[in-house]
Amino acid sequence: MKWTTLKRVMTYLGPYWKDMVGSLFFALLTVIAALIVPIYCGNAIDEMIGQGQVHWEGILRIILAIGIVTAIAALSQWIMAICNNHMTFCVSRDLRERAMNEIQALPLSYLDQHPSGDIVSRLIADVDVFADGLLMGFTQLFSGVLTIIGTLGIMLSLNWVITLVVVILTPLSFFTASFIASRTYRYFHEQTIVRGQQTSLINELIDGQKVVQAFHHEAKSQEDFDRINEKLRDVSIRAVFFSSLTNPSTRLVNNIVYAAVALVASLYAISGGITIGTLSVFLSYASQYAKPFNEISGVVTELQNALACADRIFQLLDEQKQIPDAPDAKNIISHGQVSLEQVAFRYEPDKPLIEDLNLTVQPGQRIAIVGPTGCGKTTLINLLMRFYDVDKGAICIDGTDIRDLTRHSLRQNYGMVLQDTWLKQGTIKENIAYARPEASLDKVIAAAKAAHAHSFIMRLPHGYETLITENGGNLSQGQKQLLCIARVMLDLPPMLILDEATSSIDTRTEIKIQDAFARMMKGRTSFIVAHRLSTIREAGVILVMKDGHIIEQGNHESLMKQNGFYAHLYNSQFSAS
Amino acid sequence: MKYLKHDLQKYKLASLMAPLFKMLEATFDLMVPLVVARMINVGINQKDTGYILACCLLLILMALIGLACSFTAQYFAAKAAIGSTTGLRHRLFKHIQSLDFASMDTIGTSTLITRMTSDLNQVQNGLNLFLRLFLRSPFIVFGSMVMAFTIDAKLALIFVIVIPLLSVVIFGIMAITSPRYRKIQGHLDRVTGLTRENLTGVRVIRAFGREEEELAAFSQANDVLVRSQLKVGHLSSLMNPVTYVIINIGIVAILYAGAGQVHAGVLLSGQIVALVNYMNQILVELVKLANLIVTISRALASLGRVEQILDTQPEMHYPETMPVLSCPEEAVRFEHVSLSYAKASLASLTDISFEAKVGQTIGIIGGTGSGKSSLVHLIGRFYDASAGHVYLNGADITQWPREQLRKHVAIVMQKPQLFAGTIRSNLLWGNPDASEAQLWEALHLAQAADFVQAKTDGLDEVVEQGGRNLSGGQKQRLTIARALVAKPDILILDDSASALDYATDAALRQALASLTGKMTVFIVSQRTSSIAKADHILVLDDGHLVDQGTHQQLLKCCSVYQEIYASQFQKGEDHT
Repeated sequence: MKWTTLKRVMTYLGPYWKDMVGSLFFALLTVIAALIVPIYCGNAIDEMIGQGQVHWEGILRIILAIGIVTAIAALSQWIMAICNNHMTFCVSRDLRERAMNEIQALPLSYLDQHPSGDIVSRLIADVDVFADGLLMGFTQLFSGVLTIIGTLGIMLSLNWVITLVVVILTPLSFFTASFIASRTYRYFHEQTIVRGQQTSLINELIDGQKVVQAFHHEAKSQEDFDRINEKLRDVSIRAVFFSSLTNPSTRLVNNIVYAAVALVASLYAISGGITIGTLSVFLSYASQYAKPFNEISGVVTELQNALACADRIFQLLDEQKQIPDAPDAKNIISHGQVSLEQVAFRYEPDKPLIEDLNLTVQPGQRIAIVGPTGCGKTTLINLLMRFYDVDKGAICIDGTDIRDLTRHSLRQNYGMVLQDTWLKQGTIKENIAYARPEASLDKVIAAAKAAHAHSFIMRLPHGYETLITENGGNLSQGQKQLLCIARVMLDLPPMLILDEATSSIDTRTEIKIQDAFARMMKGRTSFIVAHRLSTIREAGVILVMKDGHIIEQGNHESLMKQNGFYAHLYNSQFSAS
Repeated sequence: MKYLKHDLQKYKLASLMAPLFKMLEATFDLMVPLVVARMINVGINQKDTGYILACCLLLILMALIGLACSFTAQYFAAKAAIGSTTGLRHRLFKHIQSLDFASMDTIGTSTLITRMTSDLNQVQNGLNLFLRLFLRSPFIVFGSMVMAFTIDAKLALIFVIVIPLLSVVIFGIMAITSPRYRKIQGHLDRVTGLTRENLTGVRVIRAFGREEEELAAFSQANDVLVRSQLKVGHLSSLMNPVTYVIINIGIVAILYAGAGQVHAGVLLSGQIVALVNYMNQILVELVKLANLIVTISRALASLGRVEQILDTQPEMHYPETMPVLSCPEEAVRFEHVSLSYAKASLASLTDISFEAKVGQTIGIIGGTGSGKSSLVHLIGRFYDASAGHVYLNGADITQWPREQLRKHVAIVMQKPQLFAGTIRSNLLWGNPDASEAQLWEALHLAQAADFVQAKTDGLDEVVEQGGRNLSGGQKQRLTIARALVAKPDILILDDSASALDYATDAALRQALASLTGKMTVFIVSQRTSSIAKADHILVLDDGHLVDQGTHQQLLKCCSVYQEIYASQFQKGEDHT
């Protein structure tokens, strides 16, 4: 499975193959150049034998060589970094773009079932981790491996015994590191647990701070807090101290390797086996040899992480998209005639919801949908707007099956105001003109006036240019609702879908909203999920839904006479004992 | 820094020992190239195997002593850093508990929680690193230079030039890139915001057919992000190559000038090797220092945020002694009271005057945002009136000591908040000395006895954090019982029966009414049915007290009350 993920990552890297080749080539160049410099230094030192015995010619030649090699190394290192940056940032941009395209094409059934936080974290955090891992992998993995191979090769060519000393002793530092890590894991685990306990206590006591103070409970809370705070201190000191032993311990091992190399190399030097310059080369290699190993082990975990994240992104990309519009799909402007013929729909295959639903709505008719929670009111809206496709039967507008229309055209025929008052981050004007960004300010103001929103907008600090923060945090629920109505008012389509939500709105605003609703509906086919008595009574047709069926249908008087479910619902909901 | 300094005082010894031992360790590191130089100059040149062996043993001994120093330093650093942040955390929590409601509202709960948790963790990490490394790196850098001087003053001048040059490059690149990284964060936030918006608004976006435009906007934000990432990325990638070049120029200079010294007989080749080693050491340490500065500046920013809270002084002050209660039969009196919250431009309450007699039940009604909650919060002095006066038993509320006031007034807030523990431990918040019988009495009154009895462990049933194992209605009844356990003189129910069904709500009100004695009850509600039987009803609209009286009086003459009543009892109209 890992390999298939890796292969897919490669296909995303495809367009940037030039960067990849460049990165690998310049990494090779950087490593070679960087490995040569210590040798040149050694050679230079060998040219200084003693007083009066310095070969200037050789030294100058070597210095020139070091200069050239350094320039090559530095330049290729920078080019490599540029290639890596370009590749990883562009790939993460492509991934995000693809994911966003996917989101726009996903069926609502998927988006309704998956928390948006999870999808956001895939698109943002996962892509970030992936990019970081990729960048680190390209900058360090390849050059790390090359450095190890190069170092080994050069050391072997100089003296195999000393090389052996380095090769045998260096792994000791990894053993020490992993030994300490496994020992400290327990302490870290302990720390995580206690910290978790403390965090939840903090959450609880600060969230409930007003209650704490109202009950004069501060002293007791402080006591509880201090107890866990001190426990955390003791546990943390242990965890932090033991984990901080890793670095000094590996440094000790490295120092011992260094001393051993110094010893063996010196003995060789005495017997004339190597020069002092070569000894200095060995010493600098010995101190650097362990570094790429440490880096590579870090990179491998990082890469595993990155692949796991890539996997989560690919999962999102692999989700089934909604059925595309038919190639011959039509665009229409409806007269407002809607019919549902033997419609069946269920969210979950084994839980029937809407079965055999039939309904014909004449242009201009007002349909009120009532029923207990979960009876399928919202589902009906989902089907009318084709947010979900029917399982059986058909929904037609002016006699045309809505699946033969483009989604765009179908939805343009409806104006929709939902209970969920979603607004964009942007100005008030941008939000009202959402359907037509090019609309003039006069039109926007006219729409706002029709929605009774103009007066409160004018009281906002910048009027129509006031910025709405994310999710309309700076507006009240009622104000947001009025803006949503204004948004539809701007360009009234032939049909309306209204979810009359009034639970969190005070009575005065509610009256305004009702009035705005009434203006909108004039002469238009409207579907209203109704909560208010007045709406229900004025509706041409009342659909009483229960468990996905329309169990009663008619106007208020006829339904009350029928004395069935509607009459019962009406009496229980609107009677105040 | 002032608060942290105070907490560090307790760990004075540890916070001095940590850097001291770290420097000791560094000293041994600095001596290594010197030993190697002797090995070459004396041992190899004179073919003295014993000397070489001794040098190697010295190297290992130095490494061991270095290790011991390092362990000691790590221990003291951990102790000082964690100990002092624990103290700071204690102080911060204590301070938060002393903040008044107004300050808490201004700062916000989630901010307080992040400061208590992640900000303080940042401070702890930063302090730990600071104690361990902040002195070590500069010490090694300058130590190398000093060592170079002990070898040869002329060659050491190369260090004098290279070190400042390196510092300028490293810190210069950091100074240029770090504000840009912050900008990148801003661009990323924008991309995140758009993503979230496209998910939460998917129905509206599709209903209006705006998918293409949303994609285009996202694409644009995404491009802006990548462009800025690339710019900064290229810039900060310069750090490694440039420092590499500078160091190698330094090495070349040492080789060239060193060759001259060797030629002149001033130096031996072993000393040149040592100087080259020092040069390499400097680079490693400067890079470490740069990383360290990033962590420390982050920790300092966090520390600033923590101290900002500690600097927030509660604005309310309480006297120590009880005032004279001149009117014991007058529970509450408001005199021209107004209230404006800190950030709000409009007043929440304007010129409110009323009085409540001991033992009365007072109903408060009005739409959302009409000021009902604000009014009852003033009775417990959770806020101070911006104008006018509130009197309890004839004494100005600001004259009441905090503890007496809290015992006198109990409030059940809108949001039913319980704490992890058991049902019993939650009820005991009202009165730690309450007997079993008193607890049950309160539960009966609050209509909670039935469901508590039904729990397997009864009173000792576990309550999870925030009471999430209980239903909304159960939580509400328990919070009411908790307030009743306190047997307060004034009980405030701030819309705290909203999750109860009609029958339970009615039973609760009946039970409260049956309480003989002197408890004054304030009931805040949106439902006229909940307050119709109150002795006195206050009708609020937009922060104004529009009318007060009994249900019957208000029905006759108060238009706002009639409106509210009518909207809830429309069925009645139907029949007439």
